Amino acid sequence: MKQPLSHLDWLEAEAIHILREVAGQCANPVLLFSGGKDSLCILRLAEKAFRPGRFPFPLLHIDTGHNYQEVVNFRDQRAAELGERLIVRSVEDSMKRGTVVLKSADEPRNKHQSVTLLEAIEEFGFDCCIGGARRDEEKARAKERIMSFRDEFGQWDPKNQRPELWNLYNARVHKGENIRAFPISNWTEMDVWQYIEREKLELPSIYFAHQRDIVMRHGAIFPINVPLSNGDFINQPKAGEEVINMQVRFRTVGDITCTAPVISDADDVSKIVLETATTTITERGATRLDDQTSDASMEQRKKEGYF
Amino acid sequence: MTTHNDSLLRFMTCGSVDDGKSTLIGRLLYDTKTILADTLNNIERTSQKRGMEAVDLSLLTDGLQAEREQGITIDVAYRYFSTGTRKYIIADAPGHEQYTRNMVTAASTANLAIILIDARKGVLTQTRRHSYLAHLVGIPHIVVAVNKMDLVNYDQAVYEKIKADYIAFATEIGLAQARDIKFMPMSALNGDMLVDRLDNMNWYQGETLIDILEAAPAAHSEQNEAFRFPVQFVCRPHDSANPELHDFRGFMGRVESGAITVGDAVTVLPNGYQSKVKAIQLGNEQLQSAQTEQSITLLLEDEIDTSRGDMIVKTSETTEAVKQIEAHVCWLSETPLSPARTYIVRHTTRESKAKIGSIQYKVDVNTLEQQTATDLKMNDIARVSFKLAQPLMVDSYDKNRATGAFIIIDESSNNTVGAGMIV
Repeated sequence: MKQPLSHLDWLEAEAIHILREVAGQCANPVLLFSGGKDSLCILRLAEKAFRPGRFPFPLLHIDTGHNYQEVVNFRDQRAAELGERLIVRSVEDSMKRGTVVLKSADEPRNKHQSVTLLEAIEEFGFDCCIGGARRDEEKARAKERIMSFRDEFGQWDPKNQRPELWNLYNARVHKGENIRAFPISNWTEMDVWQYIEREKLELPSIYFAHQRDIVMRHGAIFPINVPLSNGDFINQPKAGEEVINMQVRFRTVGDITCTAPVISDADDVSKIVLETATTTITERGATRLDDQTSDASMEQRKKEGYF
Repeated sequence: MTTHNDSLLRFMTCGSVDDGKSTLIGRLLYDTKTILADTLNNIERTSQKRGMEAVDLSLLTDGLQAEREQGITIDVAYRYFSTGTRKYIIADAPGHEQYTRNMVTAASTANLAIILIDARKGVLTQTRRHSYLAHLVGIPHIVVAVNKMDLVNYDQAVYEKIKADYIAFATEIGLAQARDIKFMPMSALNGDMLVDRLDNMNWYQGETLIDILEAAPAAHSEQNEAFRFPVQFVCRPHDSANPELHDFRGFMGRVESGAITVGDAVTVLPNGYQSKVKAIQLGNEQLQSAQTEQSITLLLEDEIDTSRGDMIVKTSETTEAVKQIEAHVCWLSETPLSPARTYIVRHTTRESKAKIGSIQYKVDVNTLEQQTATDLKMNDIARVSFKLAQPLMVDSYDKNRATGAFIIIDESSNNTVGAGMIV
């Protein structure tokens, strides 16, 4: 009997195959890149898929204006190291255009990214957006296709998805429609960390244990007085909240106003792998304040064109 | 918990709502400690709200809002767990008759199927349907799990009767001869014989479910298959700043079957150009050889004009390019197949326009009877012949699941409307 591939080798080979199918089938794809751990894995996979050539797509970041500076700096650094083109479109520009209207000035902007993403898709005529979503993240994603079809309004209709058999993907679209392609659909949080460890990938510093001022809010750890790139500070403590300095790390990075860190002393990747193996809380369980509003909130956002 | 899995297995579960399929999956996730405390708290709360005494593990696979509203499962869901020695991908497909297409979809990537039988009910029509489809889609390993043994007092005689009935039926349809079939009793609700043996069925000396899963061969590991390398993408970095790359021509793709070594003589189909493998690359790594399922870049000794859709094979084990194929087809679309229309067939990385030659017969998935047909509706299985505009490099599906499979695309909607397995 032949020796089968290890699980990381298999997952890597599958993801490379998906990236090459996007390149082979789509006229104008784009890779969504935030500087987060999942999209950093995809960059490594894209290097393995296309080097020594250039990537057959640019990178696109939808900037909420609520990002950790460490992550934004890392994003720019990584794009420059790779010599690939990075496009940044910002939710704040959509706000200026009036296409995004906030209810309150400091509300989470994750869901507003959909508007800015759709504007960018229209501006550049992208027919496929490659993203780092995984099926294990959230139950609305367990049935997601690897090539997920979106209509002209970017809407995901769970009842109108193409059957996906073998490894024969169908990325054909009419003008205006597009495909969201998810090369690491079959990866879990643990697979991602093991891959980061094996490939010795660099990550933004906030993934590792660091000291940070926090308060406890709605049962979650809430980071306080976070500097933005425009010099402002976001997340002020409310009256009566006690500010504590604590050792924490982020399991996911996103909008500062709705992403909570976890208490941790894991300051390198091997310690994070160990911590991931023994944690009792799901990745988004205590860390994504916006997914908890209702049982179906991720599903709802996806229907509205969210990634 | 160790964290380094040696291999990966994809499997599917077949059963209807009442067979305890969701409970089985929930139990596997729970007993392998994949379920974390916050998720468990959530389903505990929901179980209590619904007035249940014990935690209902089937809630772990609770689906989308749209499905919850309708109270049914409408699509294949994928779940993951890991034992430390192996990573598992479960394709969870609903089992109703009208969901043949979901079962075929889930089966297409599975190397093992668990067919659930309710111990109180024995071999039913749906058992036959699930078994036939698992056979049709070429899943090499079948586990027949007689579930709900707790409801028949863990009676060995009940289990043996069901096993004998199943063997008789499986022999009749050729499944028993062609596939590896294992039988086991279980109670997914209590956890008997899943991860732990417990002590309700000491008369059963066979493997637990997790033992079977851990030992099941991974895909492509059991037979020697011919080397098949459909070209996905050609890398020609002629604008690179590095002059050494100006003549670089890399053929990128995934080894769909077989193996290749530097120096092997190869033929590029359909044109028939011949060359030798100069190098095999995976990222920056230079490989001496590559095996099934690896995504690699091949460099050839000679400058050959090759593009996406071509297939590189070993010169010693080539195949023919054909313009006519016969296949078992599962129709997936609400719009029926119309014999008058032209469709697109996507096979490996290649596409061709296709016309329907004839529909020989369709199969009643419940009785397995062959019937005449003039069109195909969603969930129909039929034997169909096609005429192709472009040649395809095919093997029979029996021999090679990668080069024997294709999908059918409707040119006007761009939807995937059918799945084919070449006879």
